[in-house]
Amino acid sequence: MRYLLMISADEQVAADAIAEGAFADFTDWIEDLRRRGVLRVHEGLRPSPTATTVRVRDGEVLLTDGPFIEGREQVGGLAIVEVADLDEAIAIAAGHPATRIGQVEIRPLRDGTGGTRAA
Amino acid sequence: MTTPEEALEQAFRDDWGRIVATLIGGTGDWDLAEESAQEAFARALPAWRRDGVPERPRAWLTTAARNHAVDRLRRAKVGADKLRLLAVQTASDPPGPIADDRLRLIFTCCHPALGFEAQVTLALRTLCGLSVAEIARAFAVSEASMAKRLVRTRKKIVTARIPYRVPPADLLPARTAAVLGVVYLLFNEGYAATSGPDLLRTDLCAAAVRLAAAVAELLPGDPEAQGLYALLLLHQARAATRVDAAGGLIPLEEQDRTRWNRPMIEDGLALLRRAALAGPLGPYRLQALIAACHATAPIASATDWPQIAGLYDDLMVLVPSPTVRLNRAIAVGMAIGPEAGLALLDELSTADVPLREAARADLLRRAGRMAEAAEAYRRAIDLTRNQAEQRYLRGRLASLG
Repeated sequence: MRYLLMISADEQVAADAIAEGAFADFTDWIEDLRRRGVLRVHEGLRPSPTATTVRVRDGEVLLTDGPFIEGREQVGGLAIVEVADLDEAIAIAAGHPATRIGQVEIRPLRDGTGGTRAA
Repeated sequence: MTTPEEALEQAFRDDWGRIVATLIGGTGDWDLAEESAQEAFARALPAWRRDGVPERPRAWLTTAARNHAVDRLRRAKVGADKLRLLAVQTASDPPGPIADDRLRLIFTCCHPALGFEAQVTLALRTLCGLSVAEIARAFAVSEASMAKRLVRTRKKIVTARIPYRVPPADLLPARTAAVLGVVYLLFNEGYAATSGPDLLRTDLCAAAVRLAAAVAELLPGDPEAQGLYALLLLHQARAATRVDAAGGLIPLEEQDRTRWNRPMIEDGLALLRRAALAGPLGPYRLQALIAACHATAPIASATDWPQIAGLYDDLMVLVPSPTVRLNRAIAVGMAIGPEAGLALLDELSTADVPLREAARADLLRRAGRMAEAAEAYRRAIDLTRNQAEQRYLRGRLASLG
C-alpha cells in the first residue's frame, strides 16, 4: 500500500529550525527508509513564493503568483512510501523532524491495491 | 423453556459483535459483514419458531451469516479472493469463543486515525449491534446523515488500510488507552451533556456502559478496563435519581439513595475487588474507587470525604487537569472545611473550568458567606449553557433568601 506524506510547516519557523540544526535527525530518518526499501519518492520543495498556480476558465489560462492556498503553513516536502498499512505510515510520518513544528498529512494513493476493498 | 424470541434477544446481546467481527476478519468487507449479520438475525426468528431454538444459537447464526456473505460474493462475481478466505475459515473455524475477532474489531473501531464520533458510532453499530436509527437518536442527528457517517468511516478504514488487528506490543498500551478513552468520553457526553435542554442523555450513557462491558470482557487482564467498567456502572446506578421529574439536577447529597440501582453497584464493587489484585492504580480505577465511596455511603452525611480527598490527591498526580483539581478542592472542602476548599479553588481559573464558579458558590454557602455565595451563583448561571444546570443554580440562588 502506497501513501503520500505531505510534510508542511510554517515556512519561516521551518527555515529557522533548519538553520539552527533542529532537523539534524532528518538524515537518520531518510537513511532508515532507504535501508528498509520502503521509500519510493522523496523531494523537498522550493519555498511557496516561488510557486505559480494555473487555472483555466472559459478556455483562458489564468496564472496566480503563489500557492493555491495562501497561508503561513505550506507544504515543503513530499514522500511516497510503500508499506503494509496505515500504522506503519503513521510511524514513519511521526519520525520526520517537521512533525515537531508542523505536521505531516498522510494520504493513501488511489492506484495499486489501495482502491480495492479487500484488506 | 426459552422461547425463540428470548433466545434471539439473548443471542443478539451476546453474539452480534462476535458474528460481525468474524465476518470482517473473513472478508475484510465491513458493509457485507454487517448486512450478513443482520440477515442472519432476520432469518432466525421464523426458522426457530418453525424448527425450535437450535442447540447452539451462535453457531446457527454464524453459519447463516456466512452463507449470506458467500451468496452475495458469488453473485457479485468479484469476490473470489474473499470467498476463498471465507472457505478457509469455515473449514478450520473452531467452535469455541472467538474473543480475538471482537478485540480486533474494537481496536480498529477506536483507531486514533478516526475521529471520536466515527469511533463510537462504528463501535456501537458493529460491536454492540445498535441500529443506525438508535445511534442517530443518541447523537441527535438524522438517520440518513448517521448512515452516511458510518459509510464514510468504513470507507476510510478500508481505503486508508487501517489494520484489522490487535495492535502489536509496542503500540498496545497507547491503543488500549485510546479504546478506554473513547468509552469514557462517550459516557461523559451522555452524563453531562454540554449544551441543550437535557442534562442527561440516558441512551448515550447506556450505550457507553454496554461498550465498557464488552471492553472489560475482552481485556480481562487489564485492570483499567475493569476499572472503567466499574466506574460507569457506579455512575449509571445513580442515573435515575440524578434528575427530577421536571428535568432539574438533583445534587448527590439530596438524591434518594434507596432508588439507586443496588445490583449495578454490587457489580461495580465486585469488579473493583477483582481488579484490586493487579498493580498500581490507574485513573479509571481511582475514579471508580471515588464513585464507590459515594455509592456505599448509606446517607450523604456518612460519606467518607477524607478518603475521597486522598484518592483525588493520587488522581491529581496522574491527571493534573483543571477538572480533577476542581473536584479535589470540593472534596477537601467537605473533608476539612469550606475555607480549605475555597483556598484551593482560588488557584483555578474560571476560563479553565466553568464549573469552578458553581463549586465556589456552594462552598461559600456552606461557609455561611451568603452575599458572596449569591454573587458566585449568578456568575455560574451565566457560565453554563446546560439549561437543567441553570435551573438548578437559580433554585440554589433563590434558597439563599
